[in-house]
Amino acid sequence: MAHSARRDSPELPDFSLLKRLARDQLIYLLEQLPGKKDLFIEADLMSPLDRIANVSTLKQHEVDKLYKVEHKPIVSTSDQLCFLIRPRIQTVKWICDVANADKAAGKFRRYKLIFTPQKFYACDAVLEEQGIIGDVTTDEWAFYLLPLDDDIISLELPEFFRDNFLAGDQRWVRTAGSALHLLHSLYGPFSKVYGIGRCSKMAYESWREQVEEGEQKARQAEIGNVFLIDRDVDYVTPLCSQVVYEGLVDDIFRIKCGCVEFGADVTSSDKSVKVMLNSQDKVFSEIRNEHFSNVFGFLSQKARNLQTAYDKRRGMDIKQMKTFVSEELKGLKQEHRLLSLHIGACESIMKKKTKQDFQELLKTEHSLLEGFETRECISYIEEHINRQVSMIESLRLLCLLSITENGLLPKDYRSLKAQYLQSYGVDHLLTFSNLRQLGLLVEQQPGETLTVMESKVGKLVNDKAAGKLTDAFSSLAKKSNFRALSRKLNLVPKSDEEYDLRVPRDMAYIFSGAYVPLSCKLIEQVLERDGWSGLEEVTRLLNGHEFAVTGNNGADLRAKSDAKRIVLVMFLGGCTFSEISALRFLGKEKGYKFIVVATSITNSSRLMEALLDNHV
Amino acid sequence: MAFITANWNPLGEAFYRKTELYEMCWNIRDGLRDSLVAAAPYGGPIALLREPHRRSPSSRPQLEIYSASGVSIASFPWKSGPVVQLGWTVSDELLCVQEDGSVLIYDLFGSFKRHFSMGQEVVQSQVLEAKVFHSPYGTGVAIVTGSSRFTLATNIDDLKLRRLPEVPGLQGKPSCWVVLTQDRQTKVLLSNGPELYILDNTSCTAVCPPGLSPQAGSIVQMSVSFSYKYLALFTDTGHLWTGLSHLQEKLSEVDTKKTVTPKQVVWCRRPRSQQPSVVLMWDRLLMVAGVCNDTIQFPIEDPCVLVGELDGVRIISSANQELLQEVPLVCQDIFKIASMAPGALLLEAHREYEKSSQKADEYLREIKEQSMLGEAVRQCVEAAGHEYDPSTQKSLMRAASFGKCFLTDFSPDHFVLTCRELRVLNAVRESSVGLPLTHTQFKQMTLQVLTDRLVYRQFYPLAIEICRYLKIPDYQGVSRVLKHWASCKVQQKDLSDEAIARAVCVKVGDSPGVSYSDIAAKAYECGRTELAIKLLDFEARSGEQVPLLLKMKRSQLALSKAVESGDTDLVYTVVSYLKNEMNRGDFFMTLRNQPVALSLYRQFCKLQEHETLKDLYNQDDDHQELANYYVTASYREKRLEGRLSLLQSAVDEYNKAKNEFAAKATEEEMRLLRFQRKLDDEKGAGLLGLSLQATMEALLALGLHKQAEQLYRDFRVPDKRYWWLKLKSLAEKEEWDELEKFSKSKKSPIGYLAFVEVCMKCNNKYEAKKYVSKVTPEQRVKAHLAVGDLEGAADAAIERRNESEMAAVLSRCSASDRPLIDRLNRAAAAKK
Repeated sequence: MAHSARRDSPELPDFSLLKRLARDQLIYLLEQLPGKKDLFIEADLMSPLDRIANVSTLKQHEVDKLYKVEHKPIVSTSDQLCFLIRPRIQTVKWICDVANADKAAGKFRRYKLIFTPQKFYACDAVLEEQGIIGDVTTDEWAFYLLPLDDDIISLELPEFFRDNFLAGDQRWVRTAGSALHLLHSLYGPFSKVYGIGRCSKMAYESWREQVEEGEQKARQAEIGNVFLIDRDVDYVTPLCSQVVYEGLVDDIFRIKCGCVEFGADVTSSDKSVKVMLNSQDKVFSEIRNEHFSNVFGFLSQKARNLQTAYDKRRGMDIKQMKTFVSEELKGLKQEHRLLSLHIGACESIMKKKTKQDFQELLKTEHSLLEGFETRECISYIEEHINRQVSMIESLRLLCLLSITENGLLPKDYRSLKAQYLQSYGVDHLLTFSNLRQLGLLVEQQPGETLTVMESKVGKLVNDKAAGKLTDAFSSLAKKSNFRALSRKLNLVPKSDEEYDLRVPRDMAYIFSGAYVPLSCKLIEQVLERDGWSGLEEVTRLLNGHEFAVTGNNGADLRAKSDAKRIVLVMFLGGCTFSEISALRFLGKEKGYKFIVVATSITNSSRLMEALLDNHV
Repeated sequence: MAFITANWNPLGEAFYRKTELYEMCWNIRDGLRDSLVAAAPYGGPIALLREPHRRSPSSRPQLEIYSASGVSIASFPWKSGPVVQLGWTVSDELLCVQEDGSVLIYDLFGSFKRHFSMGQEVVQSQVLEAKVFHSPYGTGVAIVTGSSRFTLATNIDDLKLRRLPEVPGLQGKPSCWVVLTQDRQTKVLLSNGPELYILDNTSCTAVCPPGLSPQAGSIVQMSVSFSYKYLALFTDTGHLWTGLSHLQEKLSEVDTKKTVTPKQVVWCRRPRSQQPSVVLMWDRLLMVAGVCNDTIQFPIEDPCVLVGELDGVRIISSANQELLQEVPLVCQDIFKIASMAPGALLLEAHREYEKSSQKADEYLREIKEQSMLGEAVRQCVEAAGHEYDPSTQKSLMRAASFGKCFLTDFSPDHFVLTCRELRVLNAVRESSVGLPLTHTQFKQMTLQVLTDRLVYRQFYPLAIEICRYLKIPDYQGVSRVLKHWASCKVQQKDLSDEAIARAVCVKVGDSPGVSYSDIAAKAYECGRTELAIKLLDFEARSGEQVPLLLKMKRSQLALSKAVESGDTDLVYTVVSYLKNEMNRGDFFMTLRNQPVALSLYRQFCKLQEHETLKDLYNQDDDHQELANYYVTASYREKRLEGRLSLLQSAVDEYNKAKNEFAAKATEEEMRLLRFQRKLDDEKGAGLLGLSLQATMEALLALGLHKQAEQLYRDFRVPDKRYWWLKLKSLAEKEEWDELEKFSKSKKSPIGYLAFVEVCMKCNNKYEAKKYVSKVTPEQRVKAHLAVGDLEGAADAAIERRNESEMAAVLSRCSASDRPLIDRLNRAAAAKK
């Protein structure tokens, strides 16, 4: 790595325990339905399940055949069907159809529904409505947390974002609270909990409730601090193009559940290869947090080193050769394979990204962040739409523009939307309606300067009734205030200095030195100040809902001061790899270790796709 | 102390003693004569119905309820039909079996709770006799009717009537009968003249007690023991047969020499009895008969009632109450005259010690020599438990404590526990409380039940004191008492809601395990809805408030509590409940005030009930969402007409929502759809549903330039877009002439660099070069570079004296372009 740790960082807790717990519970649940059975698995549970229990484990517990839930009539011949599903109404409805079809055909089967991580009342309601509640048994598999890496834990709930922030459906809040409770009971007690955002606050309260209900055991804390943050506190960061290697790979190849599939263009063969991306991968772990411009140089250096290692063979006697083959060669081979894969990926990325277009795109993004040359940016975006470069990308730029400019001028708002509709169809009216509701793409209120807006928002927030604002009002309150925040927190470093990306000096390096991610900056500031004092102005601009609570059992902490430097950051609504990289950097600088818990890993495309409402 | 054995009467191996429990507090004029009396075991209450057969309405019989010590609890005139039998349930409820077969249930305080009937046919045939019995299943009732049929209900809380088979030859009621519980079956044993029958669910079997002398005569009275294990039969010749109740073993047969049928026969045993014995009562005589041929006889003056207990018999008369029991072995050992048992010696030693006599040491030495000191202490402690008189208890405990001093390894637990329990027992035996429990009964009944009974009798402070004294965890102790207290408190009609709520809150506070919602439910049961709501406010867990609120039909409040709880599932529960309970309009109005619930319901409707969603928006006049709904719906609609009409509705709603932009966009979409349809029909172009851009692309690809042009004008497509589109399309189709013509049609709004780049993308350098000259000077270097013309690029850059452009050209130069590099370098140098 280009930079070295400030001091010894504390050891991370061992999260493989979470996997073991989940596996044991799943096995227990499967055993509840003795005998051979077919298992239907919700499509997006396939990968997470794979990380918990592989097929042979399932087979050991009398799972006969495995199917993916496809919402189609089933072909299974087993008389026992087990469904491993998310608590989604559509899926439950499909199961009802299956059961009713069996009934109509006079076929008798046993059905068991395992909801993960929990069952919702609505699911029971559907079962009841469809008249099969008496024919099925239901269970809950409390599989809340999937450790993706040493320091990343995911709830694997991508729908959290849309359900919670757009639809206002708070069912998942309790899930988040339960996840936190699980972590607390295994790695707590937490001595300090900070947070910002409405959802964070609710999740925190839900967790406290669960703590109070259950019995408390005094134990040695492994995690000292917790920071909860809502995704809607910072939309800017996930809307930016990622330029750190891991983020870039996610943007381009889409990392799914810690695993990426490199296509033929990367592997330079006709097969695609699935690669696990985590700290076990020696090559990847060294480049994941690097700015992309450094990666290629690093890889070629690595290749040279590898060659030297191979070259050692020359001039070895038999005995040395024997040890070399038995001890080193396998590692070298492995490294070789990974290296060639990552070099392939880099080449593929370069092909796609280092073209003129990408440079201009980045330049536009940076201008937006800095607030310079807005007109040029607008025409760039216009052209982007007109040339139909990418439906998602255009939408992302529109949002970034709106959010950094605190809304678009009415004229621009209309014309850009009109052009977008012409390009991608009028059904995006619904998408725009969603974006407006979230405050991601809004119209500036005529005649209001920024400061007027700010004070108005401030007043709204102070109003106790803020929670009961009507939609129209709340979208007003959701004004981003990005510019003011940027000034207050110094998010955009002065651009006149050269920024050496090889020796990053702050978290801005993850965006080529153009922008310090707001979310991470907040975390840094709050940890530094041990609370929100001095940040009143910032929280006001962010719409409040901040909190900082000291746990009642601080005594345990003195015993193990390491825990104090382990900070669990929970992103409600998703988190990007760039943010994780930034936190890793921050951790190195300040001697913290961050553990990121996210409802899902997100990026700009996933964020936008979650808000689409077109029916193509 | 020597007097202790004064009231002991030997019978065979064992001794029997009669201890006075109470002088009865009641004042009954006529004694117990002519009254129906029921006294519950375990020191339970006594119910008394005077002259039950007096039928004239002018003087109704009086039903009185007393505590075991005779303190009046309730008294009221009996207004229902004639009562055949009174009895108490295990939970201290009074059962009154009426002649017509209906059973009325009253609580301890004489308030009517409910009633049930022993069957319709009984109304005709009338109940001749009834018995209330206790079994592992609860409290049961058995009756025999005028038609000589038996009916059983084994558990009155889960009423299942069983009509037993007919008994051959039985007319009227049998001479005597009892209910037996054996092998999880409830049976009736009855005698009819000389015959003895067992009556179970399916059959009636004649039986014969083993070893009953043939000359003994017919059975006229019988009794079964507390545990249903032993049976006593009394014959008309005065023979008392005792044996096991399954009638396979005989214990003894005693000739009482009394031919009069005793009024009551009750077993007098205790766990680990030395001998089973039976107490028989005649008008003036009480007799204890054991296995040996001997008997003990007590004269009695008043009519009495015998109550069989686990470890003895209580004898209730109008003046006092006594306990007749076998003296426990350990008490015998200690108090028997000239006993040398270690406990006796220890008691003696302590007595001497108190007198400061050195004999104490001698006694102690004697015990110690046999190394029986531990046993001695144990005996004293145990005996103290069995003694009723506090001073005897004290002297035994003191002796035990004294003995304990000389022991090293002796666990004090038993001693401490017995001390505590005795204090509790002495407290509840107080005449004002009136629970004459023995230690054995207390152990059997458990502390939990004792506190429950105290609570039931509304001795709340005592119950709390006991719980605290015995250090019962709050959860099982104080909290339980408080809960009952509160439930009782809310029924006090003379207090205002406000006062009760405050009183409850002050007392209960936040004791663990007391659920305000339970208390509130009680208040609601008593018809005090307002109070219930006030109480619910104290409930910390919103989840607990909601179900009751729903039950009370306070759905609005339930909804807001559910929302407050943050538990969305709970909200959903309420919402779906409301949906079924309310009419649509009200339901929507309710939701409207609860955004969380509303969004939740919307979410559900989006997946389940699209139509409802529309109504929901309609109700709210949410035109924007309504319009969005129509747009969404239009995509589900396959037919164009349907789609257009939905979109028209959307337009109308958008207009109402003052969203002109969306309205216009939707109108345009309709226009586009119509246009697409027309072309599809005419040319089979397959355009329907495409976006404007895609439509134009498709048109251009099909060579339908005119139509594309029309769209461009009609929909006011920006020039730039159209030019890009056309440029790409022509290049892709390699219509280079057409492209050139197009480029000249007017000044390009997208510049000419685009032309160059698009041509290059299609690998046509020749065409690309055509446009290089048209490119604006600022972009010319780029254009030259794009077509790979380094020379041209260099010229342009030098001409513009632009350093960065020159550098850009330089970076593209390879070593073979030496002259060019030199030129550029020179130019750059010159500029500096």
